[in-house]
Amino acid sequence: MRQVIIIGSGPAGFTAAIYAARANLEPLVVASSVEVGGELMNTTDVENFPGFPDGIQGPELMDKMQKQAERFGAEILYDDVVELDLEGPVKTVKLGSGAVHEASSVIFATGSAYRKLGLPGEERLSGRGVSWCATCDGFFFRERTIAVVGGGDSAMEEATFLTRFASKVYVIHRKDSLRASKIMQDRAFANEKIEFVWNTEVVDILGEDAVTGALLRSTVDGSTRELPLEGLFVAIGNDPRTHLVHGKLELTPEGTIWVDGRSSRTSESGVFAAGDVIDPTYRQAVTAAGSGTVASLDAEHFLAALEQAAGDPQLAEALEVATETPDPATDEPETAHAAA
Amino acid sequence: MTAKATTSATWEQDVLQAEGPVLVDFWAAWCGPCRMVAPVLDEIQADNPDKITVLKLNVDENPDLAMKYQITSIPAMKVFNKGQVETTIIGAKPKYAIEHDLAAYLA
Repeated sequence: MRQVIIIGSGPAGFTAAIYAARANLEPLVVASSVEVGGELMNTTDVENFPGFPDGIQGPELMDKMQKQAERFGAEILYDDVVELDLEGPVKTVKLGSGAVHEASSVIFATGSAYRKLGLPGEERLSGRGVSWCATCDGFFFRERTIAVVGGGDSAMEEATFLTRFASKVYVIHRKDSLRASKIMQDRAFANEKIEFVWNTEVVDILGEDAVTGALLRSTVDGSTRELPLEGLFVAIGNDPRTHLVHGKLELTPEGTIWVDGRSSRTSESGVFAAGDVIDPTYRQAVTAAGSGTVASLDAEHFLAALEQAAGDPQLAEALEVATETPDPATDEPETAHAAA
Repeated sequence: MTAKATTSATWEQDVLQAEGPVLVDFWAAWCGPCRMVAPVLDEIQADNPDKITVLKLNVDENPDLAMKYQITSIPAMKVFNKGQVETTIIGAKPKYAIEHDLAAYLA
């Protein structure tokens, strides 16, 4: 049995892995099979991560974080969690390959997933002009007219990036001002290929086999009109990825995993959460990394208390871990490290 | 046996005239999700050498085919059978999900 399993491989997951590995907890990181590195893998220049004055490419930053975790002994698995049992002292993590891993503690850092518009044409035209990833798909829209939906930093980044390829990029936003940071706004406003469509929402995506346009509705007077387009990029935010823990961990009204105050402790003893999956507000690479640190330190304290409790039934009961103490035979080498 | 590359020059012979089903992975070096899904497709080829042929087409080097098949999102995986596109899978997915999408060919 492991001391800690970390689920997720974004800045939160890998930072938790760096700390846990340096604390000799020999973490197992379930990094996912095809989304290793998380959301930053789909970005280009990251200009706000401290320590990189000239910026760094998102994928390169994640590669460095992974290497740093591996350097201290974190084990990375390229697989997906399909089922979790988080109750009691032995947490089990079942993977897509069928393998089952056990641990005394779990750090849950699964991040968030792109939010969809929820329109009928969206699924049908996905990959046929509707996209969630400008860096993946922008290339196919050379000299085309396209639109980005959204008003945050990622919408501005995508719109600006897409002007490398497209002849015209509309930014469609529900309000008359942007949520995006000043620098990203200024960049978009200064770009001649970008035109803002304010106070407007997309109510339908048009086209049979490929996007031909969008049906827009004014949020001011409710009037509708068609905008001819060949591509539509959706950047309206993200939703925390919590489907694996529904009914197992308490969630907040915002849909993120509930944690106790400034800690990473969830409603289940021995289960910690970090990064975008607990953060409805800031959602930055740096805040996720900081959050991963918190989770790793919390897990370390929990494991130390657990070890102490192994020789003290009363304390164990207080910690809600009395039902089954970990097998000392298999745990010995790891606890020796933890105490070092 | 891993997935081999195909090009515009060999497309007719490799894909359209092929005997059995051919899964073509439209990819590019700058596409992160494409890099993630590449080893998954190699595994699927290795697991099913007699049932399906997996080929990779670089869209940067073969823009004519990317345009012809209206690729606007990669990775895009298309199964060709007797010269026709029968199935399209868009985006990187875990192995079991792709196997599910290809169930008709891998059975």
